[in-house]
Order: sequence, then C-alpha cells, then structure tokens
Amino acid sequence: MGTRRVSAAEGWFTVDADGPHLLGTRCAACGTVHFPPEHGFCRNPRCTGEDLPGIRLSRRGRVWSYTDSRYPPPAPYIARSDPYEPFTLAAVELAAERIIVLGQTVPGVTVDDLEIGREMELAADVLHTDGEHEYLIWKWRPRAWGAGGVER
Amino acid sequence: MSGGEVAVVGTGMHPWGKWGRGFVEYGVAAARAALTDAGIDHTDVGFISGACTIRNGYPGFVAGAAFARALGWSGARIASCYAACASGTQAIAVARAQILAGLCDAALVVGADAAPKGFFAPVAGDRPDDPDWLRFRLLGATNPTYFALAARRRIELYGSTPADFARVKVKNARHGAANPHARYRAKVTEAEVLASPVVADPLRLLDICATSDGAAALVLMRMEKARRLRGPLVRLCAAATVTPRFPDPVLEIPDVATDSRLAAEPPETPFRASIARAAYEEAGVGPGDLDLAEVYDLSTALELDWYEDIGLCPPGTAEGLLREGATEIGGRIPVNPSGGLASFGEAVPAQAIAQVCEITRQLQGRASGRQVESARVGLAVNQGLFGHGSAVVVRR
Ligand SMILES: [Zn+2]
Repeated sequence: MGTRRVSAAEGWFTVDADGPHLLGTRCAACGTVHFPPEHGFCRNPRCTGEDLPGIRLSRRGRVWSYTDSRYPPPAPYIARSDPYEPFTLAAVELAAERIIVLGQTVPGVTVDDLEIGREMELAADVLHTDGEHEYLIWKWRPRAWGAGGVER
Repeated sequence: MSGGEVAVVGTGMHPWGKWGRGFVEYGVAAARAALTDAGIDHTDVGFISGACTIRNGYPGFVAGAAFARALGWSGARIASCYAACASGTQAIAVARAQILAGLCDAALVVGADAAPKGFFAPVAGDRPDDPDWLRFRLLGATNPTYFALAARRRIELYGSTPADFARVKVKNARHGAANPHARYRAKVTEAEVLASPVVADPLRLLDICATSDGAAALVLMRMEKARRLRGPLVRLCAAATVTPRFPDPVLEIPDVATDSRLAAEPPETPFRASIARAAYEEAGVGPGDLDLAEVYDLSTALELDWYEDIGLCPPGTAEGLLREGATEIGGRIPVNPSGGLASFGEAVPAQAIAQVCEITRQLQGRASGRQVESARVGLAVNQGLFGHGSAVVVRR
C-alpha cells in the first residue's frame, strides 16, 4: 500500500504534471497579487475589489534573505527526522509579482550554498507523513542544484 | 498633532526570570509597587488597564479583570488590551485616553506574563486558519527565523559583522548588570557571544532574547492632580500605535509572504521608521531631543536597525554609532540603559510597560547604577506582531 500525496497547504500550492506551483489570487480591479490567496477583499487600501480570481505564481525568483533552524521548532511543526536535522529557509523575491515568499529549501542545501540574489526555483517535497498521506509543501531549490525534493 | 499629556507618578516591576508562578501574582506585585511609588491606594484608582497574555487561559484574556480581582474589586472602570508585543503600550494608551477624556483622575496599567521555555509557539490545537499556526506548521519558522532574515539583510546591505552584533549584547549586558529587575546580571564578552551556538544563522544564542516571566506597572495621573505631588513631574506626551502602510515590502512575523508591490509602491517611510515618527509628531519632539531610548532588541541586529529607524543616525551607520560608544551609558544617546530585552527576556504584555518604567525612573534620576545624567526626554519603541507598531515619549 502506497501513501497518497496531498498538499500540506490546501489551496496555496499544487503539484501538476508540469511541476509545483504556488497558487495566489490577483485583484481584478487593481492587479495586486496576493499570496497566500486572498478571497473576499483586496488588501490594497485604495481598492475595494472583491473579484479575486486565482493565478499561478512565477516558479523562479532571487534570494532576498536566508537563514536556517539549528534547533527543532515547536509544535505544530513536525520534524522530518529523529534525531532532528537542521533545515534551511530562503525568502525569495518573485520579480513578476514583486512579492517575497518564504520557504524551506530542499534537503541538502545549507546557508553556505546560498547568497542574496541567487536564483532559485520552486520545488516540492514531503513536509511530513502520517502513514496514509504524504503531505507536500513548496520548497526552494537553487537553480542548477540538480535533484532535491520529490519528483513527479 | 498633540495627543495631550498625563503624568507618570508611579512605577513598579516584578523581577524578570523563570519563577514558576502565575502571571497574576507577578502583576499584583508590580501593581502594588507602582501604587506605593505613587503614594496612592488601590481604591483611589479610577481605571485599571490590563495588558493581555494569551498563555494562561481565560484570565489572561481578561487581564484587567484578573488584576482588579486580585487587588480587590474596587468598582474601577477597566479594560483589557491585546496587541501582541505592543499590548503594554495599548494598555498605557487606553489609560491615558481615559484620563484625558476626564473619566478618571488616576489609572493603573499592569502587564505580566509567565512565558514558556524555549521558542514561543502558537496556542495549541489544530488551527489552520491562524497565520501564527501556519508559519510553524508549514515552514517551521520560529521568531528567530525572522530576526535572522533581517540580520542577514543588514549584513548584505551595510556590511555588518557578527562582531558588531556581539557588541550590542556586550553593551546591554553591561547596562543590565546594574538593574535589579533584570534576569541576566552577568557581564558578557564579545568572544562569549561569538562562541555561543548558532540558533538561526547568522544569529547565535546570545544574540537573541530569551523568554521570561515578569511584570511591570504604571500609575498615570491627570496633570493638575500630579502637580500637587512632590518630586519631578514626568509627563507621558505620546503613546502612538500605527499600522504598516500597504504595500509593506519587509517579511515580518508571522507572514509567509510580503505584500506584493505590483499595484503600488511602498511608502517612503518604512513601517518601523513610521512608528517612532508618529510618536515624535504627537509629542512635538525629534530624535535630536532624546536623552535616551529603550528599543526592542529582540535580537542584537534588530537594535542596530532601530538606531536608524528612530532617527539616531542615517541608514547603514548604526555600527559606527555603537562603536564610538554613543549608545552606551555615558555616551551621547544611551540606548537600552535598562539592559533591554537582552538582559530581561520577553514577558510579552509587560515589556512595553517596563520600557516606560525605565525611562520614567531615568528622568526622575532614580536609575541607580545605570543613571543617564540629566535625562529629560526618552523614547520607548516596540513592534507587536500583526501590525501593532507602538512608541511612547516621556519627558520631564
Ligand atoms: Zn485591488
């Protein structure tokens, strides 16, 4: 029996045949992109838009800042391994949307592999499993890094 | 814009630390100390303003009532304020407004917490609608994650070094060593900071403030009444809380992403700088008028950001100000003479009140062992998550 792969961030992220995508919304009135997706009201204070159709965000961007987590975060975080292994985080700026999105990097990437401005691309990886499901999350992978994360 | 002035006539604190008791006990101790300091009885207080803690169940959410009941129901008006790390400032602002509105002559402001060990974590339970829950679940993004992202930006933009960050800790530890209410009273060397374990690169354990128990309280009074009291008159002349302006391009706790800058350009004044600016405008003072400041040093690197955000120096030059000794006691503009969060740790609803306690005692000339000479004007700034930027100006 295999495990079923589902998104750990329902409605924020999907993995299709052509790879992983962040799912946002774009205000029909003013064009503001929202991620996580905003449903109901545009967050631009000069806009009263309520029509916020879904969009897919760019899959490449550049590192705005980065760090790592040398100690295990508290619940509700579910560590991937026991004993705990530190992971790296990157805040990546998407040029087309002019937005910065935080994510873990794929396993194996350390802060020594990153620098501000480095080009990154979206990947998918298992955040945690519960026996029946593998919960997938978006991660950032340095371009030309090779494999890392789950592949379709 | 002027918001009007009230007098700060009493300060009180419970020492910070890990004491293993409930937050109400700490709050009552601080409140009684502030009332004694003011020389008035609890029953003379017309308004009780409690800063909420979310970590202690129901009474934490109704902090005003929790403290009022423990002090003995007196029929006072009350309020409870939640604004994350700015809860204390909110409680001060509400009390000040009650006095200025003529609804009472004297108000008691209390904040206290009993914090968990280690990282702050969201309230328990499966709550996927809560942004605070989501950042832990999906990203494992602790508070130090965000401090570290800001520190790394500072290194990139301005060439700051870990040694610069360590110097902030050394300074604040030296200040805190003279403060009887501080949790950490030991001096620290730069080498010790740089040898402490990395928590979130580039920040180390001694770059990041701890979580603590603690409490602080203030008695505020109508100016005309306070003028009859003896001693120097200390005046609260601004208590401003402002939200960010859209689009805020800086990744802040607990967000997973920033606003998009697609439809509008970010404001000329970044959010953190706008916090102090609002208080300066309200008080009619500027950074050049300050004799001291208490800033929110959640990390050493953030203290350097604050120097620039409150206008002590231009962006990118905070390290110079620190190195020349301007921000230590005896320097041109001492910052965190109390020892700051570096020496206290976080007791969330109490810390903004504690900042005002410190400035008040400095202006009264009662900050024994850490006195800033001839201090007349002080600024306290903090930033509560979910967009609560708060600042207070106090002057002689
Ligand atoms: Zn809009």
